Amino acid sequence: MIQGKGHPKDAFLRSERLPHIWCPGCGIGIVLNAYLNALALSGIPREEVVLISGIGCTARLPGYANADSYHTTHGRSIAFATGMKIANPKLHISLISGDGDLFNIGGNHIMHAARRNIDLNVICVNNFNYGMTGGQHGSTTPAGSVTASSPYGNLEQSFNLPYMMKAMGASYVSRWTALHVRQLTRSIAKSFTVRGFSFIEVLSVCPPNFGKDNGFADAYAQMQYFREHCEIDNNADLHNAGVTFSGDRPIILGDFYHKTRPTFHDIEREIIERVRVDR
Amino acid sequence: MIVKGLIDPGKHFISGNFACAEAALIAGCRFYAGYPITPSSEILERLSSRLPMVGGHFVEMEDEIGSMAAILGAANAGLKSMTATSGPGFSLMQENIGLGMITETPCVVVNEMRSGPSTGIPTRVGQGDIMQAHWGTHGDVESISYCPNSVQEMFDLTITAFNSAEKYRQPVIMLPDQVIGHMSEKIVVKQPWEYEIVPRLTISSRKADDKLVDFSTDFSPMFLAGTGIRGNFESLTHDEMGYPSNSSAVEAKMMNHLLGKIRDHRDSIVEFEKYETDDAETLLVAYGVTSRVMERVVREGRNKGLKIGLFRPITIWPFPDREIRKLSKRVQRIIVTEINYGQYSHSVRENSDAPVEEMHFPPGAVPDPDTVLKSISKPAKQEKHRREKGK
Ligand code: SF4
Repeated sequence: MIQGKGHPKDAFLRSERLPHIWCPGCGIGIVLNAYLNALALSGIPREEVVLISGIGCTARLPGYANADSYHTTHGRSIAFATGMKIANPKLHISLISGDGDLFNIGGNHIMHAARRNIDLNVICVNNFNYGMTGGQHGSTTPAGSVTASSPYGNLEQSFNLPYMMKAMGASYVSRWTALHVRQLTRSIAKSFTVRGFSFIEVLSVCPPNFGKDNGFADAYAQMQYFREHCEIDNNADLHNAGVTFSGDRPIILGDFYHKTRPTFHDIEREIIERVRVDR
Repeated sequence: MIVKGLIDPGKHFISGNFACAEAALIAGCRFYAGYPITPSSEILERLSSRLPMVGGHFVEMEDEIGSMAAILGAANAGLKSMTATSGPGFSLMQENIGLGMITETPCVVVNEMRSGPSTGIPTRVGQGDIMQAHWGTHGDVESISYCPNSVQEMFDLTITAFNSAEKYRQPVIMLPDQVIGHMSEKIVVKQPWEYEIVPRLTISSRKADDKLVDFSTDFSPMFLAGTGIRGNFESLTHDEMGYPSNSSAVEAKMMNHLLGKIRDHRDSIVEFEKYETDDAETLLVAYGVTSRVMERVVREGRNKGLKIGLFRPITIWPFPDREIRKLSKRVQRIIVTEINYGQYSHSVRENSDAPVEEMHFPPGAVPDPDTVLKSISKPAKQEKHRREKGK
């Protein structure tokens, strides 16, 4: 329990659960703060806010927020949320989970939820590795990176998440880093207003695992890299927006895409109104 | 109250799968997520047409993992929810059946048994998921699994399954075999008000330091998303606040609650049927379509003077242990007949004082009663011989 005057976000936090489990220097806390600020800005009644996650470091985030929180199984949070949102479209559902959870084990579910245009706000905190299990490589680990399971350098190509999610049918796509807190907060607030599937990637820092073997001695070093190598381009050609830490290409950030189309819920409501006989 | 859009009361000639779908609507099911798979696909198809008619929701998911996760999500938003599948899909659902168990989420999973392992014979009967229905997910759970042997029972037990899911707050399994799902029979549907429908117990308000769940009582109300409870739904071992814990004392408390709520009420859950068991020397144990074959074996065996009877578990789980024990004290032998290579026989043997024999039928076909009767007559003589030798 935190002593003293408390924290300005106490009303939004389950302060009895603090301190949190994240490592010193971790970027996830920054995302939590940005999310809570965006929530305060949005004016959404807190009873309607639901946070859902799968398994992993980021997946612990919903458990610290003072709202209905659902800590589900590894990779399945999107499918769980799909059921919940279809059952009650009034809920404001945010999924805050990691790259491993959403795109490695859960990749099949996220692409189908985007295709169906389920009205979910997905925030993917990308730490470029499996942090909770000790720093193994995954589908977002840049090629060549050294991790606990790629000692000779990752031999696989990594996913370019914004490009992928736009192609899968997301209604809103953006990417920021743990350094770009103001832009991130604005994007999260915007995603609350987007009807349909919204996707925000947050490039994060993970000093003890991804950082240490890939040239970032501490959180500051990776933040410094973001500062020097990020380029904001809202109209970027997402095809070229893959992330690398090799220093020879900028990391592209921005509010990339926003186009509304009917959601699953809109179309379903029309069908139900047309065929129902129970009243 | 008359709910419009439900199946008319009266007589219907209908398939097991359609009966299951219609019964689900009577039970209050308003959400279905599923993935097509033989032989259960007609449940999904029927509900894709019927659910919107009663204001319910249907979604065809990308796989059975997603289907199971989606019904848990919908159940936690307040809807009675169901999915249906068969062996390969049931294997995929096990992960989130465990999530439903630890989070006490009511829902119904229909697993229509076909041949296995793996893809097996998709279109033909099997009874190979008996153990999986209890032990398929990792960790310890108490399963409630219903095994109908007629279309009428498929209808009635589907309603019972929804009621048990609400009462005991956990995923409940319907375990018909392919034959019961695909065959058509006459059923009688009662007036809607003649069915007992168990409503959901929910938390209406909660102060910040109120427990989310009380492990010392069997039945706690559940919190629904978006009702201002600010609860934490937790797949990790958790305490009564719903918060994760690594403590083995907390683990024991949570597990005692999860297992105890079924074990304490075992008598109200267990269902079975006995046929000609009063003076039986040979007791057959059979379930699903096999029990219909064995009923005929008993009838014809009796005509030939064999003292033979049948015990049919309707709840495969919880296991009717006391009933089997009692009967086993009276009979000379028990023969467990099933369309697999020996599954339920293990539990019967564990609970029997009489010798337990196994009669396996290869999945893919319904056993032939004449062959069964012939083979039963033979070992009975050996049995007699052995008894004399023991004197
Ligand atoms: S392992 Fe990495 S992502 Fe996980 S808490 Fe530590 S710093 Fe954060």
